[in-house]
Amino acid sequence: MERQAWALVDGPAMAPSHASMQTRGSDVIVVGGGLVGAAIAHGLRGEGLDTVLLDEGDIAFRASRGNFGLVWVQSKGFGAPWYQRWTRGSAGEWPGLAADLAARTGIDTALQQPGGVHLCLSEQEFEDRGRRMAQMQVEAGNFGLEYRMIRRDELAEMLPGLGPSVVGASWSPYDGHASPLALLQALHRAFTEAGGAYVPNAKVTGGTAAPNDFRVETAAGTFAAPRIVLAAGLGNADLAPVFGLNTPVRPQRGQILVTERARTVLPMPCTTIRQTGEGTIMLGDSMEEVGFDTRQSPPVMAQVAQRAALSFPWIAELNIVRAWSALRVMAPDGLPIYDQSERFPGAFTANCHSGVTLAGAHARLLAPMIARGVLDPVLDPFSAKRFDVPRAA
Amino acid sequence: MFRARPEVRPATVEVFVEGSPVLVPEGATAAAAVLLAGLPAIRETPVTGSPRLPLCQMGVCFDCLAEIDGIPNRQACMVTVAPGMRIARQHGAREALR
Ligand SMILES: Cc1cc2nc3c(=O)[nH]c(=O)nc-3n(C[C@H](O)[C@H](O)[C@H](O)COP(=O)(O)OP(=O)(O)OC[C@H]3O[C@@H](n4cnc5c(N)ncnc54)[C@H](O)[C@@H]3O)c2cc1C
Ligand code: FES
Repeated sequence: MERQAWALVDGPAMAPSHASMQTRGSDVIVVGGGLVGAAIAHGLRGEGLDTVLLDEGDIAFRASRGNFGLVWVQSKGFGAPWYQRWTRGSAGEWPGLAADLAARTGIDTALQQPGGVHLCLSEQEFEDRGRRMAQMQVEAGNFGLEYRMIRRDELAEMLPGLGPSVVGASWSPYDGHASPLALLQALHRAFTEAGGAYVPNAKVTGGTAAPNDFRVETAAGTFAAPRIVLAAGLGNADLAPVFGLNTPVRPQRGQILVTERARTVLPMPCTTIRQTGEGTIMLGDSMEEVGFDTRQSPPVMAQVAQRAALSFPWIAELNIVRAWSALRVMAPDGLPIYDQSERFPGAFTANCHSGVTLAGAHARLLAPMIARGVLDPVLDPFSAKRFDVPRAA
Repeated sequence: MFRARPEVRPATVEVFVEGSPVLVPEGATAAAAVLLAGLPAIRETPVTGSPRLPLCQMGVCFDCLAEIDGIPNRQACMVTVAPGMRIARQHGAREALR
Protein backbone atom coordinates (compact mmCIF):
# COMPACT_ATOMS: atom_id res chain seq x y z
CA MET A 1 0.00 0.00 0.00
CA GLU A 2 1.22 3.47 -0.81
CA ARG A 3 2.63 5.35 2.15
CA GLN A 4 4.18 8.78 2.06
CA ALA A 5 6.39 10.34 4.71
CA TRP A 6 6.91 14.07 4.73
CA ALA A 7 7.95 17.11 6.71
CA LEU A 8 7.12 20.76 6.34
CA VAL A 9 10.25 22.72 5.38
CA ASP A 10 10.02 25.06 8.35
CA GLY A 11 9.34 22.40 10.93
CA PRO A 12 11.51 19.77 12.60
CA ALA A 13 11.01 16.52 10.71
CA MET A 14 10.20 13.67 13.04
CA ALA A 15 12.36 14.83 15.90
CA PRO A 16 13.89 11.77 17.60
CA SER A 17 12.22 12.59 20.90
CA HIS A 18 8.85 12.05 19.21
CA ALA A 19 9.73 8.53 18.25
CA SER A 20 9.86 7.64 21.92
CA MET A 21 6.66 9.54 22.75
CA GLN A 22 3.43 7.63 22.80
CA THR A 23 1.15 7.99 19.83
CA ARG A 24 -2.34 9.23 20.62
CA GLY A 25 -4.84 7.38 18.47
CA SER A 26 -8.38 8.56 17.70
CA ASP A 27 -11.16 8.15 15.13
CA VAL A 28 -10.32 11.42 13.42
CA ILE A 29 -7.80 14.28 13.56
CA VAL A 30 -8.83 17.82 12.68
CA VAL A 31 -5.91 20.13 11.90
CA GLY A 32 -6.65 23.79 12.68
CA GLY A 33 -8.67 25.22 15.58
CA GLY A 34 -10.14 28.25 13.81
CA LEU A 35 -13.82 28.59 12.99
CA VAL A 36 -13.69 26.00 10.22
CA GLY A 37 -11.80 23.34 12.17
CA ALA A 38 -13.70 23.96 15.40
CA ALA A 39 -17.10 23.78 13.68
CA ILE A 40 -16.18 20.52 11.97
CA ALA A 41 -14.64 19.05 15.14
CA HIS A 42 -17.76 19.97 17.13
CA GLY A 43 -19.90 18.30 14.46
CA LEU A 44 -17.72 15.17 14.36
CA ARG A 45 -17.84 14.85 18.13
CA GLY A 46 -21.61 15.15 17.86
CA GLU A 47 -21.53 12.18 15.49
CA GLY A 48 -19.86 10.21 18.26
CA LEU A 49 -16.33 10.18 16.84
CA ASP A 50 -13.31 10.31 19.13
CA THR A 51 -11.92 13.58 17.76
CA VAL A 52 -8.57 15.30 18.27
CA LEU A 53 -8.29 18.97 17.28
CA LEU A 54 -4.71 20.13 16.67
CA ASP A 55 -3.94 23.85 16.64
CA GLU A 56 -0.99 26.21 16.50
CA GLY A 57 -0.08 28.70 19.20
CA ASP A 58 -0.77 32.39 19.56
CA ILE A 59 1.51 33.59 16.78
CA ALA A 60 -0.55 31.85 14.08
CA PHE A 61 -2.49 33.70 11.39
CA ARG A 62 -6.08 33.41 12.52
CA ALA A 63 -8.82 34.94 10.41
CA SER A 64 -11.26 33.53 12.95
CA ARG A 65 -10.14 36.07 15.55
CA GLY A 66 -10.16 39.14 13.32
CA ASN A 67 -13.24 38.98 11.14
CA PHE A 68 -16.36 41.07 10.68
CA GLY A 69 -19.02 38.68 11.97
CA LEU A 70 -21.54 38.71 9.17
CA VAL A 71 -23.72 35.70 8.49
CA TRP A 72 -24.07 36.87 4.94
CA VAL A 73 -25.94 35.36 2.02
CA GLN A 74 -27.22 37.80 -0.57
CA SER A 75 -24.14 38.28 -2.73
CA LYS A 76 -22.60 34.83 -2.38
CA GLY A 77 -22.26 32.71 -5.49
CA PHE A 78 -22.37 35.03 -8.49
CA GLY A 79 -21.87 32.65 -11.42
CA ALA A 80 -21.77 29.76 -8.93
CA PRO A 81 -25.34 29.09 -7.74
CA TRP A 82 -24.19 26.02 -5.81
CA TYR A 83 -22.33 28.40 -3.48
CA GLN A 84 -25.51 30.46 -2.98
CA ARG A 85 -27.37 27.26 -2.08
CA TRP A 86 -24.66 26.07 0.33
CA THR A 87 -24.50 29.49 1.98
CA ARG A 88 -28.25 29.73 2.33
CA GLY A 89 -28.29 26.22 3.74
CA SER A 90 -25.77 27.33 6.33
CA ALA A 91 -27.78 30.44 7.26
CA GLY A 92 -30.70 28.05 7.73
CA GLU A 93 -28.65 25.80 10.03
CA TRP A 94 -27.38 28.74 12.10
CA PRO A 95 -30.35 29.11 14.49
CA GLY A 96 -30.09 25.42 15.36
CA LEU A 97 -26.34 25.72 15.87
CA ALA A 98 -26.74 28.85 18.03
CA ALA A 99 -29.41 27.17 20.17
CA ASP A 100 -27.33 24.01 20.52
CA LEU A 101 -24.23 25.97 21.55
CA ALA A 102 -26.21 28.10 24.01
CA ALA A 103 -27.73 25.00 25.59
CA ARG A 104 -24.37 23.23 25.88
CA THR A 105 -22.18 26.15 26.94
CA GLY A 106 -24.40 29.02 28.06
CA ILE A 107 -22.62 31.22 25.50
CA ASP A 108 -24.85 33.53 23.48
CA THR A 109 -23.43 33.85 19.97
CA ALA A 110 -25.58 36.98 19.46
CA LEU A 111 -27.05 35.63 16.25
CA GLN A 112 -29.53 37.95 14.56
CA GLN A 113 -30.94 37.31 11.11
CA PRO A 114 -33.22 40.28 10.40
CA GLY A 115 -32.17 40.53 6.73
CA GLY A 116 -29.44 42.84 5.53
CA VAL A 117 -28.59 45.54 3.04
CA HIS A 118 -25.74 46.42 0.74
CA LEU A 119 -25.61 50.21 0.48
CA CYS A 120 -24.88 51.87 -2.86
CA LEU A 121 -23.25 55.30 -2.82
CA SER A 122 -23.76 56.17 -6.51
CA GLU A 123 -26.20 55.47 -9.34
CA GLN A 124 -23.46 53.42 -10.96
CA GLU A 125 -23.08 51.23 -7.87
CA PHE A 126 -26.86 50.86 -7.63
CA GLU A 127 -27.17 49.78 -11.28
CA ASP A 128 -24.26 47.35 -11.05
CA ARG A 129 -25.68 45.83 -7.89
CA GLY A 130 -29.13 45.53 -9.44
CA ARG A 131 -27.73 43.72 -12.48
CA ARG A 132 -25.73 41.38 -10.30
CA MET A 133 -28.67 40.47 -8.07
CA ALA A 134 -30.94 39.93 -11.11
CA GLN A 135 -28.34 37.65 -12.68
CA MET A 136 -28.02 35.66 -9.46
CA GLN A 137 -31.79 35.27 -9.29
CA VAL A 138 -31.76 33.82 -12.82
CA GLU A 139 -28.92 31.48 -11.89
CA ALA A 140 -30.79 30.35 -8.77
CA GLY A 141 -33.54 28.86 -10.96
CA ASN A 142 -36.26 27.02 -9.06
CA PHE A 143 -34.35 27.42 -5.81
CA GLY A 144 -35.20 31.12 -5.99
CA LEU A 145 -33.47 34.18 -4.56
CA GLU A 146 -35.52 36.73 -2.72
CA TYR A 147 -34.17 40.26 -2.85
CA ARG A 148 -35.21 43.83 -3.52
CA MET A 149 -33.44 46.88 -4.87
CA ILE A 150 -34.61 49.64 -2.56
CA ARG A 151 -34.45 53.35 -3.38
CA ARG A 152 -33.23 55.97 -0.95
CA ASP A 153 -36.57 57.26 0.32
CA GLU A 154 -37.85 53.87 1.36
CA LEU A 155 -34.43 52.90 2.70
CA ALA A 156 -34.33 56.00 4.91
CA GLU A 157 -37.44 54.65 6.64
CA MET A 158 -35.62 51.39 7.38
CA LEU A 159 -32.25 52.80 8.48
CA PRO A 160 -32.18 55.76 10.89
CA GLY A 161 -29.81 58.58 10.01
CA LEU A 162 -29.08 57.40 6.48
CA GLY A 163 -26.65 59.76 4.73
CA PRO A 164 -27.62 61.84 1.70
CA SER A 165 -24.96 60.12 -0.41
CA VAL A 166 -26.74 56.77 -0.27
CA VAL A 167 -28.78 56.30 -3.45
CA GLY A 168 -30.22 52.90 -2.55
CA ALA A 169 -29.43 49.35 -1.51
CA SER A 170 -30.01 45.70 -2.26
CA TRP A 171 -31.88 43.88 0.50
CA SER A 172 -32.37 40.20 1.16
CA PRO A 173 -34.19 38.48 4.00
CA TYR A 174 -31.47 35.84 4.49
CA ASP A 175 -28.70 38.01 5.92
CA GLY A 176 -27.64 38.44 9.52
CA HIS A 177 -24.71 38.68 11.91
CA ALA A 178 -23.27 37.12 15.07
CA SER A 179 -20.37 37.54 17.46
CA PRO A 180 -17.51 35.63 15.81
CA LEU A 181 -15.48 35.47 19.03
CA ALA A 182 -18.40 34.12 21.03
CA LEU A 183 -18.95 31.58 18.24
CA LEU A 184 -15.32 30.44 18.32
CA GLN A 185 -15.34 30.17 22.11
CA ALA A 186 -18.67 28.32 22.14
CA LEU A 187 -17.53 25.82 19.49
CA HIS A 188 -14.36 25.09 21.45
CA ARG A 189 -16.15 24.74 24.75
CA ALA A 190 -18.93 22.55 23.35
CA PHE A 191 -16.33 20.36 21.67
CA THR A 192 -14.17 19.85 24.75
CA GLU A 193 -17.09 19.49 27.15
CA ALA A 194 -18.47 16.73 24.94
CA GLY A 195 -15.16 14.89 25.33
CA GLY A 196 -13.25 16.20 22.31
CA ALA A 197 -9.50 16.70 22.75
CA TYR A 198 -8.19 20.17 21.88
CA VAL A 199 -4.39 20.32 21.65
CA PRO A 200 -2.85 23.79 21.27
CA ASN A 201 0.77 24.51 20.38
CA ALA A 202 0.56 21.48 18.14
CA LYS A 203 1.51 22.69 14.70
CA VAL A 204 1.58 19.72 12.35
CA THR A 205 5.11 19.60 10.98
CA GLY A 206 5.45 16.13 9.52
CA GLY A 207 4.11 12.60 9.46
CA THR A 208 3.01 9.81 7.17
CA ALA A 209 -0.01 9.42 4.93
CA ALA A 210 -1.54 6.18 3.63
CA PRO A 211 -5.14 5.38 2.68
CA ASN A 212 -7.24 5.61 5.86
CA ASP A 213 -4.08 5.61 7.94
CA PHE A 214 -2.57 8.92 8.98
CA ARG A 215 0.09 9.87 11.47
CA VAL A 216 1.16 13.43 12.19
CA GLU A 217 4.01 14.91 14.20
CA THR A 218 3.66 17.98 16.39
CA ALA A 219 5.59 19.58 19.23
CA ALA A 220 2.85 18.19 21.48
CA GLY A 221 3.34 14.61 20.35
CA THR A 222 2.35 12.16 17.65
CA PHE A 223 -1.25 11.58 16.62
CA ALA A 224 -2.72 8.81 14.47
CA ALA A 225 -6.18 8.22 13.00
CA PRO A 226 -7.84 6.59 10.00
CA ARG A 227 -9.29 9.97 9.05
CA ILE A 228 -7.88 13.49 8.96
CA VAL A 229 -9.48 16.82 8.14
CA LEU A 230 -7.23 19.67 7.03
CA ALA A 231 -8.87 22.87 8.27
CA ALA A 232 -5.72 24.87 8.89
CA GLY A 233 -6.79 28.03 7.06
CA LEU A 234 -3.79 29.48 5.24
CA GLY A 235 -1.74 26.55 6.58
CA ASN A 236 -3.67 24.23 4.27
CA ALA A 237 -1.69 25.43 1.24
CA ASP A 238 1.41 23.62 2.58
CA LEU A 239 -0.35 20.67 4.22
CA ALA A 240 -2.70 19.59 1.43
CA PRO A 241 -0.19 18.35 -1.17
CA VAL A 242 1.31 15.79 1.21
CA PHE A 243 -2.15 14.24 1.58
CA GLY A 244 -2.71 14.13 -2.18
CA LEU A 245 -4.91 17.22 -1.96
CA ASN A 246 -4.68 20.73 -3.38
CA THR A 247 -5.73 23.93 -1.62
CA PRO A 248 -4.16 26.90 -3.38
CA VAL A 249 -5.30 29.48 -0.82
CA ARG A 250 -3.69 32.89 -0.45
CA PRO A 251 -3.95 35.61 2.20
CA GLN A 252 -6.10 38.65 1.52
CA ARG A 253 -5.89 41.42 4.08
CA GLY A 254 -8.92 43.12 5.58
CA GLN A 255 -8.87 46.10 7.95
CA ILE A 256 -11.62 46.82 10.44
CA LEU A 257 -12.40 49.81 12.68
CA VAL A 258 -14.62 49.65 15.77
CA THR A 259 -16.42 52.55 17.46
CA GLU A 260 -17.28 53.05 21.10
CA ARG A 261 -20.55 51.55 22.31
CA ALA A 262 -23.71 53.42 21.46
CA ARG A 263 -27.38 52.71 22.03
CA THR A 264 -28.86 50.53 19.33
CA VAL A 265 -29.54 52.47 16.16
CA LEU A 266 -29.12 50.01 13.31
CA PRO A 267 -31.89 47.40 13.03
CA MET A 268 -29.97 45.27 10.54
CA PRO A 269 -26.43 44.72 9.29
CA CYS A 270 -25.01 46.30 6.16
CA THR A 271 -22.17 44.67 4.19
CA THR A 272 -19.52 46.93 5.72
CA ILE A 273 -21.28 48.47 8.75
CA ARG A 274 -22.90 46.59 11.61
CA GLN A 275 -23.81 47.37 15.19
CA THR A 276 -23.00 44.57 17.62
CA GLY A 277 -25.14 43.36 20.49
CA GLU A 278 -22.98 45.38 22.92
CA GLY A 279 -23.49 48.54 20.87
CA THR A 280 -20.13 49.03 19.16
CA ILE A 281 -20.28 49.74 15.47
CA MET A 282 -17.92 47.75 13.29
CA LEU A 283 -16.68 49.34 10.10
CA GLY A 284 -15.07 47.18 7.48
CA ASP A 285 -13.42 45.84 5.62
CA SER A 286 -10.81 46.32 2.97
CA MET A 287 -9.66 43.72 0.46
CA GLU A 288 -5.90 44.01 -0.04
CA GLU A 289 -3.47 41.72 -1.84
CA VAL A 290 -0.37 42.25 0.31
CA GLY A 291 0.72 38.71 1.16
CA PHE A 292 1.37 37.67 4.77
CA ASP A 293 1.34 41.25 6.08
CA THR A 294 -0.97 42.04 8.99
CA ARG A 295 0.08 45.68 9.43
CA GLN A 296 -2.52 48.42 9.24
CA SER A 297 -2.36 51.33 6.85
CA PRO A 298 -3.83 54.78 7.60
CA PRO A 299 -4.99 55.50 4.00
CA VAL A 300 -7.08 52.31 3.97
CA MET A 301 -8.41 52.99 7.47
CA ALA A 302 -9.39 56.50 6.32
CA GLN A 303 -11.25 55.05 3.34
CA VAL A 304 -13.16 52.64 5.55
CA ALA A 305 -14.11 55.48 7.90
CA GLN A 306 -15.05 57.79 5.04
CA ARG A 307 -17.41 55.34 3.44
CA ALA A 308 -19.06 54.71 6.79
CA ALA A 309 -19.48 58.45 7.41
CA LEU A 310 -21.02 58.91 3.96
CA SER A 311 -23.42 56.06 4.66
CA PHE A 312 -24.36 57.27 8.17
CA PRO A 313 -23.01 60.77 8.96
CA TRP A 314 -23.67 60.32 12.71
CA ILE A 315 -21.00 57.61 12.81
CA ALA A 316 -18.39 60.36 12.31
CA GLU A 317 -19.25 61.69 15.79
CA LEU A 318 -18.31 58.40 17.46
CA ASN A 319 -14.85 57.63 18.76
CA ILE A 320 -12.91 54.77 17.21
CA VAL A 321 -11.72 52.56 20.07
CA ARG A 322 -10.11 49.65 18.25
CA ALA A 323 -8.79 48.79 14.81
CA TRP A 324 -6.99 45.80 13.39
CA SER A 325 -6.21 43.83 10.28
CA ALA A 326 -6.49 40.12 9.56
CA LEU A 327 -5.88 37.80 6.64
CA ARG A 328 -8.72 36.14 4.75
CA VAL A 329 -8.23 32.60 3.49
CA MET A 330 -8.88 33.03 -0.24
CA ALA A 331 -9.11 30.48 -3.04
CA PRO A 332 -8.33 31.73 -6.56
CA ASP A 333 -12.06 32.04 -7.35
CA GLY A 334 -13.13 33.08 -3.84
CA LEU A 335 -15.24 29.95 -3.30
CA PRO A 336 -14.79 27.35 -0.57
CA ILE A 337 -12.78 24.19 -1.22
CA TYR A 338 -14.01 20.82 0.07
CA ASP A 339 -12.37 17.60 -1.04
CA GLN A 340 -11.54 14.06 -0.12
CA SER A 341 -8.17 12.78 -1.30
CA GLU A 342 -8.33 10.16 -4.05
CA ARG A 343 -4.78 9.12 -3.40
CA PHE A 344 -5.24 8.86 0.36
CA PRO A 345 -8.94 8.29 1.08
CA GLY A 346 -9.85 9.44 4.57
CA ALA A 347 -8.05 12.77 4.15
CA PHE A 348 -10.36 15.77 3.72
CA THR A 349 -9.83 19.50 3.22
CA ALA A 350 -12.11 22.38 4.16
CA ASN A 351 -11.29 26.01 3.38
CA CYS A 352 -13.41 29.09 2.97
CA HIS A 353 -13.35 32.83 3.32
CA SER A 354 -16.71 32.97 5.14
CA GLY A 355 -16.15 30.79 8.15
CA VAL A 356 -18.72 32.60 10.29
CA THR A 357 -21.46 32.34 7.71
CA LEU A 358 -20.65 28.73 6.91
CA ALA A 359 -20.29 27.54 10.52
CA GLY A 360 -23.85 26.18 10.44
CA ALA A 361 -23.12 24.08 7.37
CA HIS A 362 -19.71 22.95 8.61
CA ALA A 363 -20.96 21.73 11.98
CA ARG A 364 -24.28 20.26 10.87
CA LEU A 365 -23.95 19.27 7.20
CA LEU A 366 -20.27 18.77 6.37
CA ALA A 367 -19.22 17.01 9.59
CA PRO A 368 -21.82 14.22 9.19
CA MET A 369 -20.57 13.64 5.62
CA ILE A 370 -17.00 13.33 6.87
CA ALA A 371 -18.20 10.98 9.61
CA ARG A 372 -19.84 8.82 6.91
CA GLY A 373 -16.62 8.97 4.90
CA VAL A 374 -18.19 10.38 1.75
CA LEU A 375 -18.78 13.97 0.66
CA ASP A 376 -22.26 14.49 -0.83
CA PRO A 377 -22.46 15.23 -4.56
CA VAL A 378 -23.70 18.75 -3.65
CA LEU A 379 -20.10 19.46 -2.71
CA ASP A 380 -18.63 18.19 -6.01
CA PRO A 381 -18.40 21.69 -7.51
CA PHE A 382 -16.28 22.77 -4.53
CA SER A 383 -13.53 20.24 -5.30
CA ALA A 384 -10.13 21.78 -6.06
CA LYS A 385 -10.29 19.82 -9.31
CA ARG A 386 -11.94 22.94 -10.68
CA PHE A 387 -8.50 24.58 -10.72
CA ASP A 388 -7.03 21.82 -12.91
CA VAL A 389 -9.18 22.64 -15.93
CA PRO A 390 -6.69 23.76 -18.58
CA ARG A 391 -7.15 27.39 -19.56
CA ALA A 392 -8.42 27.95 -23.10
CA ALA A 393 -5.52 29.06 -25.29
CA MET B 1 -13.48 62.13 50.30
CA PHE B 2 -11.16 63.93 47.83
CA ARG B 3 -9.59 67.32 48.45
CA ALA B 4 -7.00 69.18 46.44
CA ARG B 5 -3.58 69.21 48.11
CA PRO B 6 -3.23 72.56 49.91
CA GLU B 7 0.20 73.35 48.51
CA VAL B 8 -0.88 73.20 44.89
CA ARG B 9 -2.39 76.01 42.87
CA PRO B 10 -5.47 77.66 44.28
CA ALA B 11 -8.87 76.49 43.11
CA THR B 12 -9.82 79.33 40.80
CA VAL B 13 -11.69 77.70 37.94
CA GLU B 14 -15.42 77.20 38.38
CA VAL B 15 -16.98 74.23 36.57
CA PHE B 16 -20.36 72.54 36.98
CA VAL B 17 -20.59 68.87 37.87
CA GLU B 18 -24.15 67.63 37.44
CA GLY B 19 -25.18 71.27 37.66
CA SER B 20 -23.40 72.05 40.96
CA PRO B 21 -20.52 74.54 40.95
CA VAL B 22 -17.09 73.14 41.87
CA LEU B 23 -13.85 75.13 42.14
CA VAL B 24 -10.72 73.44 40.82
CA PRO B 25 -7.17 74.62 40.09
CA GLU B 26 -6.23 75.73 36.62
CA GLY B 27 -4.87 72.77 34.67
CA ALA B 28 -6.81 70.16 36.65
CA THR B 29 -8.79 67.51 34.80
CA ALA B 30 -12.54 67.14 34.57
CA ALA B 31 -12.05 63.83 36.41
CA ALA B 32 -10.53 65.74 39.35
CA ALA B 33 -13.62 67.97 39.39
CA VAL B 34 -15.84 64.89 39.42
CA LEU B 35 -13.99 63.45 42.43
CA LEU B 36 -14.04 66.76 44.28
CA ALA B 37 -17.78 67.05 43.68
CA GLY B 38 -18.25 63.83 45.67
CA LEU B 39 -20.59 62.11 43.24
CA PRO B 40 -21.24 58.40 43.90
CA ALA B 41 -20.71 57.66 40.18
CA ILE B 42 -20.04 59.51 36.96
CA ARG B 43 -21.30 56.81 34.65
CA GLU B 44 -23.08 53.48 34.50
CA THR B 45 -21.72 50.75 32.25
CA PRO B 46 -23.74 50.12 29.08
CA VAL B 47 -24.49 46.43 29.53
CA THR B 48 -24.93 45.79 33.28
CA GLY B 49 -25.51 49.36 34.48
CA SER B 50 -22.78 49.11 37.09
CA PRO B 51 -21.70 52.52 38.60
CA ARG B 52 -18.22 53.90 37.95
CA LEU B 53 -15.93 56.72 39.11
CA PRO B 54 -12.62 57.82 37.54
CA LEU B 55 -10.01 55.19 38.37
CA CYS B 56 -6.72 55.19 36.49
CA GLN B 57 -6.54 58.96 35.78
CA MET B 58 -4.40 58.20 32.75
CA GLY B 59 -6.74 57.35 29.91
CA VAL B 60 -6.78 53.58 29.93
CA CYS B 61 -9.75 52.34 31.98
CA PHE B 62 -12.61 54.43 30.56
CA ASP B 63 -14.30 54.45 33.96
CA CYS B 64 -14.38 58.28 33.87
CA LEU B 65 -16.65 58.63 30.82
CA ALA B 66 -18.84 61.70 31.16
CA GLU B 67 -20.84 64.07 29.06
CA ILE B 68 -18.70 67.20 28.87
CA ASP B 69 -20.12 70.37 27.38
CA GLY B 70 -22.79 68.30 25.67
CA ILE B 71 -20.43 65.75 24.11
CA PRO B 72 -21.07 62.23 25.43
CA ASN B 73 -18.53 59.54 26.34
CA ARG B 74 -15.52 61.79 26.92
CA GLN B 75 -12.74 60.51 29.13
CA ALA B 76 -12.88 63.09 31.92
CA CYS B 77 -9.30 62.35 33.01
CA MET B 78 -8.03 63.40 29.58
CA VAL B 79 -9.87 66.72 29.52
CA THR B 80 -8.48 69.89 31.14
CA VAL B 81 -11.05 72.09 32.89
CA ALA B 82 -12.12 75.42 31.45
CA PRO B 83 -14.23 78.08 33.18
CA GLY B 84 -17.93 77.23 33.01
CA MET B 85 -17.36 73.66 31.77
CA ARG B 86 -20.41 71.44 32.25
CA ILE B 87 -19.66 67.88 33.31
CA ALA B 88 -22.63 65.52 33.47
CA ARG B 89 -23.20 61.87 34.14
CA GLN B 90 -22.93 59.40 31.27
CA HIS B 91 -25.90 57.09 31.54
CA GLY B 92 -25.02 53.80 29.86
CA ALA B 93 -24.13 53.77 26.18
CA ARG B 94 -24.22 57.12 24.47
CA GLU B 95 -26.87 58.06 21.98
CA ALA B 96 -25.30 57.94 18.55
CA LEU B 97 -28.16 59.59 16.75
CA ARG B 98 -30.21 62.25 18.49
C1 LIG C 1 -11.10 41.13 7.80
C2 LIG C 1 -11.91 39.88 7.67
C3 LIG C 1 -13.30 39.96 7.69
C4 LIG C 1 -14.07 38.81 7.57
N1 LIG C 1 -15.42 38.92 7.66
C5 LIG C 1 -16.18 37.80 7.64
C6 LIG C 1 -17.59 37.89 7.80
O1 LIG C 1 -18.15 38.97 8.00
N2 LIG C 1 -18.33 36.74 7.75
C7 LIG C 1 -17.74 35.52 7.52
O2 LIG C 1 -18.44 34.53 7.44
N3 LIG C 1 -16.41 35.41 7.39
C8 LIG C 1 -15.62 36.52 7.44
N4 LIG C 1 -14.26 36.41 7.31
C9 LIG C 1 -13.69 35.11 7.02
C10 LIG C 1 -13.53 34.22 8.21
O3 LIG C 1 -12.87 34.90 9.25
C11 LIG C 1 -12.70 33.01 7.75
O4 LIG C 1 -13.38 32.36 6.72
C12 LIG C 1 -12.53 32.01 8.83
O5 LIG C 1 -12.06 32.61 10.00
C13 LIG C 1 -11.55 30.97 8.38
O6 LIG C 1 -11.38 30.08 9.43
P1 LIG C 1 -10.29 28.97 9.37
O7 LIG C 1 -10.53 28.14 10.54
O8 LIG C 1 -10.27 28.35 8.04
O9 LIG C 1 -8.91 29.78 9.43
P2 LIG C 1 -8.09 30.42 10.65
O10 LIG C 1 -8.92 31.23 11.52
O11 LIG C 1 -6.91 31.08 10.01
O12 LIG C 1 -7.64 29.19 11.49
C14 LIG C 1 -6.70 28.28 11.02
C15 LIG C 1 -6.09 27.62 12.21
O13 LIG C 1 -5.25 26.59 11.75
C16 LIG C 1 -4.09 26.58 12.53
N5 LIG C 1 -3.01 25.98 11.74
C17 LIG C 1 -2.43 26.46 10.61
N6 LIG C 1 -1.47 25.62 10.19
C18 LIG C 1 -1.45 24.59 11.07
C19 LIG C 1 -0.65 23.40 11.17
N7 LIG C 1 0.29 23.09 10.28
N8 LIG C 1 -0.90 22.57 12.22
C20 LIG C 1 -1.86 22.87 13.15
N9 LIG C 1 -2.63 23.96 13.08
C21 LIG C 1 -2.43 24.82 12.05
C22 LIG C 1 -3.86 28.02 12.89
O14 LIG C 1 -3.15 28.10 14.07
C23 LIG C 1 -5.27 28.57 13.04
O15 LIG C 1 -5.71 28.50 14.37
C24 LIG C 1 -13.46 37.55 7.42
C25 LIG C 1 -12.07 37.47 7.42
C26 LIG C 1 -11.30 38.61 7.56
C27 LIG C 1 -9.82 38.49 7.56
S1 FES D 1 -9.91 57.40 34.77
FE1 FES D 1 -9.25 55.75 33.58
S2 FES D 1 -9.57 56.46 31.57
FE2 FES D 1 -10.07 58.15 32.76
